[in-house]
Amino acid sequence: MSSTAQAQKKGFGATLWDYLTTVDHKKIAILYLVSGGFFFVVGGIEAMLIRIQLAVPANDFVSAGVYNQIMTMHGTTMIFLAAMPLLFAFMNAVVPLQIGARDVAFPFLNSLGFWLFFFGGVFLNLSWFLGGAPDAGWTSYASLAIASGGHGVDFYALGLQISGAGTLIAGINFLVTIINMRAPGMTYMRMPMFTWTTFIASALILFAFPPLTVGLFFLILDRMFFANFFAVEMGGNTIIWEHLFWIFGHPEVYILVLPAFGIFSEIFAIFSRKRLFGYSALVFATILIGFYGFMVWAHHMFTTGLGATANAIFAVATMAIAVPTGVKIFNWLLTIWGGNISFSTPMLYALGFIPSFVAGGVTGVMQAVAPLDYQLHDSYFIVAHFHYVIVGGVVLALLGGLHLYWPKMFGTMLSEKLGKITFALFFFGFHATFFIQHFLGLLGMPRRVYTFVGDQGWDLYNLISSVGAAFMALGVITLVINIIMTSVKNERVGNDPWEDGRTLEWAIPSPPPFYNFKQTPLVRGLDTYWIEKMEGNPEGMTYAEPIGDIHMPNNSIIPFIMSAGLFVAAFGALYFIDGDKAWPLPVLALGLLITLGSMAARSLKDDLGYHIHKEDLLKEGGQPGGH
Amino acid sequence: MDINKQYSAQTWPDHPETATLEGKNKFVGFWLFLGGETVLFATLFATYLALKDKGPSGMEITASQLFELPLVFIMTMLLLTSSLTSVYAMFHMRSYNFRAMQAWMAVTVLLGAAFLGFEIYEFNHYVHEFGFTYGHSAFSSAFYTLVGTHGLHVAIGLGWFILLMIRNAKRGLNLYNASKFYTISLYWHFIDVVWVFIFTVVYLMGVVG
Ligand SMILES: [Cu+2]
Repeated sequence: MSSTAQAQKKGFGATLWDYLTTVDHKKIAILYLVSGGFFFVVGGIEAMLIRIQLAVPANDFVSAGVYNQIMTMHGTTMIFLAAMPLLFAFMNAVVPLQIGARDVAFPFLNSLGFWLFFFGGVFLNLSWFLGGAPDAGWTSYASLAIASGGHGVDFYALGLQISGAGTLIAGINFLVTIINMRAPGMTYMRMPMFTWTTFIASALILFAFPPLTVGLFFLILDRMFFANFFAVEMGGNTIIWEHLFWIFGHPEVYILVLPAFGIFSEIFAIFSRKRLFGYSALVFATILIGFYGFMVWAHHMFTTGLGATANAIFAVATMAIAVPTGVKIFNWLLTIWGGNISFSTPMLYALGFIPSFVAGGVTGVMQAVAPLDYQLHDSYFIVAHFHYVIVGGVVLALLGGLHLYWPKMFGTMLSEKLGKITFALFFFGFHATFFIQHFLGLLGMPRRVYTFVGDQGWDLYNLISSVGAAFMALGVITLVINIIMTSVKNERVGNDPWEDGRTLEWAIPSPPPFYNFKQTPLVRGLDTYWIEKMEGNPEGMTYAEPIGDIHMPNNSIIPFIMSAGLFVAAFGALYFIDGDKAWPLPVLALGLLITLGSMAARSLKDDLGYHIHKEDLLKEGGQPGGH
Repeated sequence: MDINKQYSAQTWPDHPETATLEGKNKFVGFWLFLGGETVLFATLFATYLALKDKGPSGMEITASQLFELPLVFIMTMLLLTSSLTSVYAMFHMRSYNFRAMQAWMAVTVLLGAAFLGFEIYEFNHYVHEFGFTYGHSAFSSAFYTLVGTHGLHVAIGLGWFILLMIRNAKRGLNLYNASKFYTISLYWHFIDVVWVFIFTVVYLMGVVG
């Protein structure tokens, strides 16, 4: 099997095949990073188009219909195809290492999860070339979605269904990995915060995605297969969609932001050179947020007309979430307090995150006040709020995490200088874009409008917002330049490139060998690598076992084929309703046959993996940095 | 794990399904998956209850006219019995009696197939006697989607049982396939539990309410 060094010598075809068939969580992490990064750029371009259109009043840069498509695809792409996959990239790259595992629990399913996400995302974006993208907003409310002409919404429903299945699989994989694969001594209360937040976010995925799955099925069945869930004239009810979407949608916010909290927790501890303040409080706050996350969905529906009692209950529950979140903020502040701070690029993102996210949280509590929400609802205030949460929380974590974990994933260090320039441009651009939108909302500008009439006091604010967006774009361009320059220079780094790593991933080479740990570590406490370093252990860890044979899973192309089958089937389902073509039903059947057939093949063929022998491991022993 | 390792009833572990790390992972992972499935069915139930008897104005078909308990009672008995026979199969799996396990699984499959046959008959009956098609009303969509999703689970479970039985017919039990047999039986129990809820919420409450 391939080591990293061999992979670099391999030809393009062999490398491609390696990535198509890989079940190695570190390579799957790279796949998630590259595809998530690609979709992040696509969503970013859509955002830029939105801001160009809204830069001046009565603009005709894009038409109203195209604007609706761009706006819908921006939100959908950023949430489902950029933010979540990018978080999965870091989870895959880091979590197994943090718990001292050689692998994830289900390497095959891990690969399947990625390819489902990938094909779902590609399917959704093909809508641009096949008659127009979805245009009912990322929330795709049924009353709009049912009425939307063309196939845009069908692409939305089928694409998200496929990628959602991948997300669910990824969630289960992380849960079982963390439950079953922890190294000896890695008790739950010694798990690094990023592992903890991954654990809770995965649990949220498990319980939040099925309602979305069902909602999307209803939409598919209504639009393509004659069902009447949302057809009011046939007894249907569009409010069902709102409930299902937000029962998924609110926990989704925590699915995104909890791992972001985890990344920041790692950054604060590393670059303050201090143990996390109140680790157990952070853990319990995380659990509590995850729990509350399921009891507040109707705060998105205050104006739907559920009645005063329901609104009051959901308002109070929503405000309650601010408490554990506040606990976390103070934990981080007190971690920094008295620390020996190093202002590295990741630390800048973490420091920038605190005020940004607090601002997003405070406006969230404002909207929890139901009567005030009637005023703020559907205005730019809401747009400002959730961008403060998602960009100020999640995207800053992704960028900070990218700089933090880049050396561990690729063995080279991103330029700190360019990294700080990226941060400055992006951070300034972010606040310039979205801070002003609070006031646009308070002045009455509704969200999701393709243009506006001038001289209402909105012109300058919109222009400022658009200029800010350009700064964010410049920041991302600087990041891309940084990545290219770093990759070309290719200066290799050691195990612990930040020199202050605290957890197990920093105790092994960068990038780690494909079996991660030659010997399973024995975990002796929270921040176990830090403990070993402080005790002067040159090995960086205590071993739980002598060197022995290591069992590894086989690569497989089946996940790719299974996902491709659903991709094919989705085209059949999509064009079925047109009724003027003969091919949709056969294509649907063919696609499902490919998927079911490859599932059967997987089930019939024994896959026992293989062993790396002790002698081979000992031979490699002398080389510094693994490979 | 060595797939060719020979066991006897004495050396066979008490819990073969979780005797390997792969088995343990599958065990925990499948329980979690069933947690997600529970939410999925809960969502379908909630939707069904919201759309029960709802249709275009003037719709005459209601649950109490549509459903007949004798048929559904037979179906319930078939599925409950099949759950019991799958317990017998697992009992023999744990005591390393491969032939008895296969036999009880075959009985389970037959009972499950009979259930599915009755369900197809039932749906057919509604469509032809009442014109109660999938697109008839919100009620019909919700009913067929809930009960049909369950039926689809039954069909998948049958295919899964058959595949495992054929695949392992010649080679008997080992620690590699023990966890697979265990997982399908767990799945089958889950399907059974969901049916109990369907029987209660859809049919009993439908006829009474
Ligand atoms: Cu919410």
